[in-house]
Amino acid sequence: MNVLEIRGLGVDYLSGSGAVHAVSGVSLDLRRGEILGLAGESGSGKSTLANAVARLLRPPASITSGSVVYRRQDGSAVDVLALGGNELRAFRWKELAVVFQSAMNSLNPVITVGAQIDDVLRVHAPRMSRNERTERSVELLQRVGISADRRRSYPHELSGGMRQRAAIAIALALNPEIIIMDEPTTALDVVVQRDILAEIRALREEYGFAVVFITHDLSLLMEISDRIAIMYAGRVVETGTAKALHRAPRHPYTLGLLRSFPRLRGPREELPGIPGVPPDLRSPPPGCAFHPRCAMAVAECSESLPVLRTEADGEVACLLNDGRGVS
Amino acid sequence: MRFLARRLGFYLLTAWAAITLNFLIPRLMPGDPVELLVARMKGNVDPAAIDAMRRAFGISDASPWRQYLDYLGNLAHGELGRSITFFPTEVSTVIADSLPWTVGLVGVATLISYLIGTSLGVIMAWKRGTWLDGVLPAATFMHAVPYFWVALALVFVFGVTLRWFPVSRAYGLDVMPGLTGEFARSVLYHATLPAITIVLASMADRILGMRNVMVTTLGEDYVVMAEAKGLTSRRVMWAYAARNAILPNITSFALSLGFVVGGSVLTEIVFSYPGIGSMLLKGVENEDFPLMQGIFLVISLAVLVANFLADLAYVVLDPRTRQETE
Amino acid sequence: MKIKIGAGILVFFALMAVLGPLLIGADPAATSEDGLQGPSAEHWLGTTQTGQDILVQIVYGARVSLGVGVLSALIATVLAVAVGLVGGYVGGAVDEALSVLTNIFLVLPALPLIIVLAGYLPQRGVASVAVVIAVTGWAWGARVLRAQTLSVRRRDYVQAARASGEGPLRIVFYEILPVLLPVIATSFLATVVAAILAEAGLSFLGLADLSTVSWGSMLYFAQNGQALLIGAWWWFIPPGLCIALIGTGLALVNFGIDEIANPRLRTIKAPRKARA
Repeated sequence: MNVLEIRGLGVDYLSGSGAVHAVSGVSLDLRRGEILGLAGESGSGKSTLANAVARLLRPPASITSGSVVYRRQDGSAVDVLALGGNELRAFRWKELAVVFQSAMNSLNPVITVGAQIDDVLRVHAPRMSRNERTERSVELLQRVGISADRRRSYPHELSGGMRQRAAIAIALALNPEIIIMDEPTTALDVVVQRDILAEIRALREEYGFAVVFITHDLSLLMEISDRIAIMYAGRVVETGTAKALHRAPRHPYTLGLLRSFPRLRGPREELPGIPGVPPDLRSPPPGCAFHPRCAMAVAECSESLPVLRTEADGEVACLLNDGRGVS
Repeated sequence: MRFLARRLGFYLLTAWAAITLNFLIPRLMPGDPVELLVARMKGNVDPAAIDAMRRAFGISDASPWRQYLDYLGNLAHGELGRSITFFPTEVSTVIADSLPWTVGLVGVATLISYLIGTSLGVIMAWKRGTWLDGVLPAATFMHAVPYFWVALALVFVFGVTLRWFPVSRAYGLDVMPGLTGEFARSVLYHATLPAITIVLASMADRILGMRNVMVTTLGEDYVVMAEAKGLTSRRVMWAYAARNAILPNITSFALSLGFVVGGSVLTEIVFSYPGIGSMLLKGVENEDFPLMQGIFLVISLAVLVANFLADLAYVVLDPRTRQETE
Repeated sequence: MKIKIGAGILVFFALMAVLGPLLIGADPAATSEDGLQGPSAEHWLGTTQTGQDILVQIVYGARVSLGVGVLSALIATVLAVAVGLVGGYVGGAVDEALSVLTNIFLVLPALPLIIVLAGYLPQRGVASVAVVIAVTGWAWGARVLRAQTLSVRRRDYVQAARASGEGPLRIVFYEILPVLLPVIATSFLATVVAAILAEAGLSFLGLADLSTVSWGSMLYFAQNGQALLIGAWWWFIPPGLCIALIGTGLALVNFGIDEIANPRLRTIKAPRKARA
């Protein structure tokens, strides 16, 4: 059932003043064909987690522990962290594609959109003829609602929404099993955002890929996701189906997020539903990292680190929790 | 195309400024150049030369405005006056004889330096943290070395001590100029050390400049995405990172051209290369103001043309400048 | 680290220029019987054709070379600050005109212009050479300062000062100039090096004051004294090396500052494709 299994993953950023534990002990499953939402404030480690899975981390970031296993449709397992050279290149995009936050920045500004699809095909499907590749590029662009003649356009000649659609078309090029979408709609206005979300859902129905959808906008995730994982200070604090999370959040942080009206991207700011700011990850608070901001914290919260416990349709890492939800 | 039109307008303006500066310098600098010359030569000046100089400067009792128009008129006919050093040869003839040597030497050397330096910068940025970082201190040092000092060092090592290459002239005394293989070989042979000087002295700037831009570019999302797309390292490095990093690099290259030309002038002098740099020195030594000024004008215009070529390259490489609407 | 090494080099040469001649005492122009001697215990860097001590000349030359460099960089920086700040602050047609002027001086080849200007100088003393170099060397600083002024002008506290009715001169001198000091300092240092190079080129051509010893004039006499053909490498290597070292020192300081501003530029020890 699972297409991706993350176990005990840890990522550190090494800096002069000590290691920043951006991701610690994260275990997460991605099921075949599902949309998994990944939410949290900026700095919670969600993008770092995604980049670790796609093997896109660069120094000073490095994976310190854990494993990432990719399961093919035939059941065979691939140790993603051990891939190197050509295997890694093949894994990227054939099995796993990424749509980045801002298509303005993720599309090469000096190459046409068509050529940016074409070079994926040329590398990964060397048997395709030039004409076949062109046909495929046109087909992909049309599938995401871009007319064929736009193939010759440069990114700056497209609107923001069109660029993001083009980025999705590039992601679809090789029919990957997994697409990681890192804040794919954050830079867009609300109407365009709706269109793109609808498009993603329709494409998922058609092609059956699984999506890791990253955003700090929990209400948006509620709409699009099958399941949601909430991250805080580099750890997963709660997972559950979108419905369950919405109806009965079990972690006080999830509750706070639900009560906050998220701003469009901006600096780390206090969320109205949660006082204080995220902790310094060089020296996170002892015990549950959330306890200094938690209205429900008890003495024990500052002493022992809660583990992620499996509950009915979900998991939660909170000492208070007895499985009935906090609200 | 609006971009190019704007740039062209700017170059025309700059050309006019250089031409006007050329007109103003003898009039604004302390002392009358002709008097200065006569005084320095202690009167041993051919009266014809004095007359030629006055005419060349357009210095007369006419109003400054009239003088300026006359000067522009002469210039329009390619008339830069007569050289004092090579009297009665026209300055334009002296320049026409020496310019091809300079354009050939400096043009080719600059192109080589640009290609090697930029490629090295790209590769060094890509392979950061490897032994290639060892090139950095050397490049930092080379970037401040005077051209003529590099020239002296090369002459000393490869010319005088090892005797591998000739250290003066553009071709051997025993070769007849002409379209022969022998002549071409002699020219290449003589141009080797001057060309290496210019390449060595100007390359460090290209390496350091390109490396810095490239390192910044490597952090761009589109490079990360190219890597995520599973493209080959070579394609990510050149088609995605370098292809974008080259754009700001072209601009800084164009701005450094004046500096390269200045250094090349001194390089020619060390090698007694018969280009306009050596002519400029002759002009300076002989107080040959018409020749000096004519050469300044030609060098300025050449740098402007080179800048415009760089802009053309920029337009070809960056689709965003081709947009009609701003 | 880079900044420290770079600053160390610059301080070393500054001390050499200021204190060196006092310590060494000898006359750089004094000739002796020992012509064209290689480095020895008596003459650490050897002697010239006329038996002048090269080390003494280098130390005295530092004073002239750095003196011309600093003097013309001061003049050029004042020009650059004036043009850049006025253009950036006033804006509009004034800014347009000053920008065009700046760009013109940026594109025109400086050294040929310096050569022509120097050719017209009735006497080529240190001060007049410094002025000529400054006239051609202010444009880069002006361009950088204009851009910086534009961005500082938009900051809140400057806007507040304008709104509270402070005069433009007061705003420029008390609100904007202090913020720009680091930029001005960097551009000043860069101009010093450019001016030292220009002075060296000019002296090498015999177009500066050849009666005073500078690194450039040392190279002029080395070249004209056939130092190369005789094999007297100790004559021409030290002056050029000094110029290059000062340039290196400055570059190190600048790169250090760049790396603080842009951490990506740092040379990192971990290989780029470390196993992620």
